[in-house]
Amino acid sequence: MTTGVAIVGAAESDLGSTGRSILGLQTQAVTRALADAGLTLADVDGIATTGVSRFSATQLADHFGIVPTWTDSTFAGGSAFEMFVARAAQAIRDGQASVVVISFASNQRSARSRRLGGVFDAWVPEAQFEEPYDPLYPASYYGMAAQAYLHHHGGTHEQLAEIAVAAREWALLNPAAFRHEAGPITAADVAAAPMVSSPLTVADCCLVTDGGGAVVLTSLERARDLRRTPVEVLGYGERTTHTSFTTVPDLTVPGAAGSAADAYARAGIGPADVDVVEVYDSFTITAALSVEGLGFCGRGEALDFIADGRIRPGGALPLNTNGGGLSYCHPGQYGVLLLVEAVRQLRGECGARQVPGAEVAVAHGTGGILSTHATVVLGVSR
Amino acid sequence: MSAVPGFVPGEVAPADEMTAAWWDATREHRLTVQTCGCGHRQHPPRAVCTGCGRTDGLSLVDAEGAATVDTFTVVHRAPRADVETPYVVARVRLAEGPILLTRLPSDRAWSIGDPVTVGWVDLPDGRALPVFTHTEQRN
Repeated sequence: MTTGVAIVGAAESDLGSTGRSILGLQTQAVTRALADAGLTLADVDGIATTGVSRFSATQLADHFGIVPTWTDSTFAGGSAFEMFVARAAQAIRDGQASVVVISFASNQRSARSRRLGGVFDAWVPEAQFEEPYDPLYPASYYGMAAQAYLHHHGGTHEQLAEIAVAAREWALLNPAAFRHEAGPITAADVAAAPMVSSPLTVADCCLVTDGGGAVVLTSLERARDLRRTPVEVLGYGERTTHTSFTTVPDLTVPGAAGSAADAYARAGIGPADVDVVEVYDSFTITAALSVEGLGFCGRGEALDFIADGRIRPGGALPLNTNGGGLSYCHPGQYGVLLLVEAVRQLRGECGARQVPGAEVAVAHGTGGILSTHATVVLGVSR
Repeated sequence: MSAVPGFVPGEVAPADEMTAAWWDATREHRLTVQTCGCGHRQHPPRAVCTGCGRTDGLSLVDAEGAATVDTFTVVHRAPRADVETPYVVARVRLAEGPILLTRLPSDRAWSIGDPVTVGWVDLPDGRALPVFTHTEQRN
């Protein structure tokens, strides 16, 4: 099945430590993605972005001198971009927009703008009932989820570390990865790294880098006349579960299962049909929970499932093929770069890290503290 | 004396009309849970019951103060100045059902399922923060 909408352009901004501004990086990402598609800013009538300012899409439209017929500035953390794909597909099918750009950029490494404790708006309940106890936001939440997971399912930290070990293996194949030259790591390295919020060490946590990306969407009909192989949006789904550390009964059961089930149903496929997977690895536990949520194995089985190296290069379930947020790039809301890598894999452009013959890809974003979950299924016809 | 040695809270956001009664109870070291006429219990207190959707059935009921450790994490990096590390942040499940975020003393190796009892850390403005300590076995 198809939604009748395709991704026709994809690009990264400069990555790493850039010394650039947010709007400067956004401009790189958007203009490069449009050039990739063979389109220009004059073709764009839809903008979806977040993390620019309070008026994110409005700000970007102003910056580009565009008067969009459709915008979306949904703030949902790292899964916003997978949500944007759904909204953009609906807007394009409905005729409210014809060419939509989904983008994000951050200069958090250069600007040193990341705060360990996060930012709680003073008027939300979490400021009264959670912030006083000094949880690291989001690391302590994921630490507690990992602690609960290992307790209930009987795994070890070294088993969980396979997520980070595999991500590094992929990064060694990706010249754009922040850790491309860093050499391989072992599970013992991950477990022995400095502790952040137990059981998670600094090696279980994603990078803090600058970076950004953009994808361009239009109707499949128009896509067939453009320069790149159209990457069809086959399905999407989402779940929004909580903002608090305390309102979810079981931290080991994420909303990913629901978002993935909806996305597969729309696409008319199942997990066995997926050739390449890009999931938000804010922490090792995030990716492990996503592997389960996306249905590749049963609940509580992820650590045994990945132990044979199947998510590494050459494995049966290629996961986070750019090196992920753990070893490639993590600009804060990484979800747009999941889409960029999925598109490139489906177009066969990934060189040493290319998954041979990939025809179906899943991009799955997770935002906040396992708060928002959004899945996109993409495909190419060969 | 603090129930969790070394824990000196920073500034705590003010109460609002939905939470004022809950915070007022903490001044007397009473832990309360918001309970609805439908039987649902919830935390933090809010203006609507998430069980039945009613806005007129909610009241605060004293909690027993007993809980179990749902999960926890030992934090090794300070998110603000003047925080002693490492320290233990935990989710505890009250006997009444709702879950609270809290601190536990860092002088023992905690396990999920450990029994804990409420204790208090007084704030300069007269309110108090509930924290939890290990429940000693009764013979």
